[in-house]
Amino acid sequence: MQKEYQTITSIAGPLIMVEGVDDIKYEELCEITLPSGEIRLGKVLEANEGMAMVQMFENTQGVGTKGSKARFLGKTLEIPVSEEMLGRVFDGKGKPIDGGAEIIPEKRLDINGAPLNPFSRDYPNDFIQTGISTIDCLNTLVRGQKLPVFSGAGLPHAQIAAQIARQAKVRSEGSGDFAVVFAAMGVTFEEAQYFTDEFRKTGAIERAVLFINTADNPVVERIATPRMALTTAEYLAYEKDMHVLVIMTDLTNYCEALREVSAARKEVPGRRGYPGYLYTDLATLYERAGRIKGRKGSITQIPILTMPEDDITHPIPDLTGYITEGQIVLSREHHRKGIYPCINVLPSLSRLAPTARKVTREDHEGMFAQLYAAYARGVEVRDLAIILGEAALQEVDKLFLQFANNFESKFIAQGEYEDRTIEDTLSIGWDLLRILPKTELKRVKEDHIAKYMDGKSAAEPEDSEEE
Amino acid sequence: MSEQKGTIIKVAGPLVVAKGLPHAKMYEVMRVSDKGLIGEVIEIKGDNVSIQVYEETSGVGPGEPVVSTGTTMSVELGPGLLESIYDGIQRPLPLIEAQSGAFIARGIEVPALDRKKKWNLEPTVSVGDKVIAGDVLGEVQETNLIRHKVMVPPTLKEGTVLEIKSGDHTVEEVIAVVEDTSGKKHDLTMMQRWSIRKPRPSANKKIPNEPLITGTRVLDTLFPITKGGAGCIPGPFGAGKTVTQQSLAKYCDAQIIVYIGCGERGNEMTDVLIEFPHLEDPNTGEPLMKRTILIANTSNMPVAAREASVYTGITIAEYYRDMGYNVALMADSTSRWAEALREMSGRLEEMPGEEGYPAYLGSRTAEFYERAGIVDCLGSDDRVGSLTAIGAVSPPGGDLSEPVTQNTLRVTKVFWGLDAKLAYRRHFPAINWLNSYSLYLDNIGSYAKKAVAEDYMDVRGTGMSLLQEESKLEEIVKLVGMDALSAKERLILESAKSIREDFLFQNAFDPEDAYTSLAKQYWMLKTIISVYQEALPLVSKEGFEIEKLLNLPVLQEVAKCKEIKADNLEAYAELIERIKKEIGKLAAKMETES
Repeated sequence: MQKEYQTITSIAGPLIMVEGVDDIKYEELCEITLPSGEIRLGKVLEANEGMAMVQMFENTQGVGTKGSKARFLGKTLEIPVSEEMLGRVFDGKGKPIDGGAEIIPEKRLDINGAPLNPFSRDYPNDFIQTGISTIDCLNTLVRGQKLPVFSGAGLPHAQIAAQIARQAKVRSEGSGDFAVVFAAMGVTFEEAQYFTDEFRKTGAIERAVLFINTADNPVVERIATPRMALTTAEYLAYEKDMHVLVIMTDLTNYCEALREVSAARKEVPGRRGYPGYLYTDLATLYERAGRIKGRKGSITQIPILTMPEDDITHPIPDLTGYITEGQIVLSREHHRKGIYPCINVLPSLSRLAPTARKVTREDHEGMFAQLYAAYARGVEVRDLAIILGEAALQEVDKLFLQFANNFESKFIAQGEYEDRTIEDTLSIGWDLLRILPKTELKRVKEDHIAKYMDGKSAAEPEDSEEE
Repeated sequence: MSEQKGTIIKVAGPLVVAKGLPHAKMYEVMRVSDKGLIGEVIEIKGDNVSIQVYEETSGVGPGEPVVSTGTTMSVELGPGLLESIYDGIQRPLPLIEAQSGAFIARGIEVPALDRKKKWNLEPTVSVGDKVIAGDVLGEVQETNLIRHKVMVPPTLKEGTVLEIKSGDHTVEEVIAVVEDTSGKKHDLTMMQRWSIRKPRPSANKKIPNEPLITGTRVLDTLFPITKGGAGCIPGPFGAGKTVTQQSLAKYCDAQIIVYIGCGERGNEMTDVLIEFPHLEDPNTGEPLMKRTILIANTSNMPVAAREASVYTGITIAEYYRDMGYNVALMADSTSRWAEALREMSGRLEEMPGEEGYPAYLGSRTAEFYERAGIVDCLGSDDRVGSLTAIGAVSPPGGDLSEPVTQNTLRVTKVFWGLDAKLAYRRHFPAINWLNSYSLYLDNIGSYAKKAVAEDYMDVRGTGMSLLQEESKLEEIVKLVGMDALSAKERLILESAKSIREDFLFQNAFDPEDAYTSLAKQYWMLKTIISVYQEALPLVSKEGFEIEKLLNLPVLQEVAKCKEIKADNLEAYAELIERIKKEIGKLAAKMETES
């Protein structure tokens, strides 16, 4: 029988001090029983001799130094998992909120997981077709990758994430569908509902597990939510051989929660008040993506974060970028112009793309380099044209400007429900390159120009669709 | 000294405070809790001993035991290091996998060097020989590239060989007995231990003046580093730090590579692990793994071990330097190491310096980079070994004014500044030629003159000045447009563009392009510059049009001059002749027209 302590001595924000305790462990769970009989959960943040600092997952409203009781549970935070979780919706603490029954657990897993041995990892190289041209061709997503979306307030990251979740498939196998684990942290009710409805509407809910912590839920619970989701994902991927796509939104809220706890503990703050261990903490989430040698399943992560003031150097996107394997950056300018998906091609990057580009089609590598270079030049020319006027541009620069405009309206822009194959995407690319002089096409191979642009080899069926 | 047992009184993340350890010493290794977690003493305050624990501490609580080991954090040095992959405290990752599966469990104890494997020792001394510290007792063929030299440990100053064994032995078997001057007998094995925070001694440190050839054009030609030099690569994410580091690890002409993945991505280490055994060393043709030691402490592995990983790596590197090899060490990224320092410092409630980093960040950084250098090794055979240290720095937001970058710049002589703007333009390696520098230029000047060509430095100088001119002219173009430029200025712009696109741009993923020999680099740049030099007298003449020059077919060949093979360098000289001829023709035509 565990002891109950009535020795709560101080309460500050989410932190509670319990004195006179013995035999407590770091990270151990703690139940606080209010005078009303209500039970709230926390964990040990600092274990001292005779004193424990407990961080509550729920708010501390109504907790007092007199009358409230603390009980240490002798275990760390665990989540019950089972295959039945697919199709269900949970709150940020892992309790079902869809009106269904409690899960009958197959096992209970520590939500912190253990670090994956780099030697046991398998290098991700299966191309995931998302049906979005800018991702498939220019920022190729790979199974086992962590590729965040850097968004801003008011940008349609939810739609883009939902489109990826809907369309993502691996083509090399017959059943390329993903199981989706979705973690919402501090999002509005509407955004949470959007995802739930979207999954229901398309039937994807059958293969999805949703963890929802909305903006009005306790802040500290947000720190546990992504870990619940990732533990579930690891269970599905490595024990049930599924390919799991984890979508987490919004990491900015998660980091704010960390900052809140750090400030309450009076820790020395790092940049912009975020704790010095923000990098390490984020890494323990992001690094849980990947593949393991000899196991079938994989975890692909798409974390979404909103950059405060669209500032990519803000600590949250900055540290994220240092951990993740690339980033998809959304552009407010594109969004204002009505381009959907408003992906800003130039600062976006997928680090794992070089291997993936080799397995799609032979012209992918060259097409990637050429489109990127030509668009970058076009954008530069556009800036120049603002100062000098379009008339002052050189002839060839005018073509690049034209190319950049076409690229935005035909290649970047596509429908929310438009699912392009990689071949479609590449042939749009060849179409766009047509307006440039061939001497400027330095990055694509000449035989690929002959084959795909001039259609000299009739072997490729999509050539006939061009113009 | 007998084992002491203390009791934990506080646990906060990786920091554990214990009491009841009166004989604890700074940096002594402790086994913490019933799980036997490995930790290191970092502060002693009266009875209280603060320990940074290299493993996750959840589930550990006050009252549990702490056992002292009496030794400081040290690494095992001996044959079998090469081709290994270790975590931050030198535990082989494959053995950890064998014990705990794909996820790393806690409290695992595995030996760094294989205790069962036998190595064939060929003695180089005989009984009765006088030896001093650092003398080679015998050699072992560690991989088919490297002969491992079994040396008298630095702590044994002088003595006489009483016994020496040849043939197959494990690293723990006594292979030699040496009697020191005081008459004490020392049993020597092939394995030595060395504390990771103490630099291994050498006889004499020298000024480095031979370049470390990396095969990356922008580095070798514009901002060279020496064997035994120290360099840093700061850059925002996505600018290509890791690709540059890996490219260095693959192609540089050091004999031993120590690659430390410090707090970086797991998949990157996997990439190295999968790729290196298949890639050939351009200098020897053997698989790269045969000369490589990997230290992997990825970002999700415990933060304290990250702090130790750079020291583990550099101690191993020093050991091979002591054998007389040229060793290159890459640390990716030292910012994570600094952050680990900051995290521990914060938990110790030390007074913070800039941005929360401890005040000793600067001195720790300097100590680390000072362990690089070219040295006369200990021992009587005049071996010279070098250790080149190249650290990546990940400044938050790409802001170079932050403390880690600034402290690193103070002690490194080579600065390869990665630039996000170049990366956005997909100009790789995205090393900014305007703000990068190398202070070793003078050191290697005489080497390059002898090894490559008399006018090597002049060609480099011309190239650099063209690039500098270009940046100035670009400002003007932005304001008033291209038409306002004179013909000469247009020529400078076009030449600089050619240097950028045809010389500096290099594809690290293209096996042909990834490595360029120093001689070929020289000829490529000389070819590109010869266009500028030949055309320069023409520009001031009447009737000159830059388009006519650019349309010369020979310029297409210049743009593709990287395709000329390294064993066919005469082709460059021929190309330069053709450039002279064609531009000469153009000049003649201009004469007749006017």
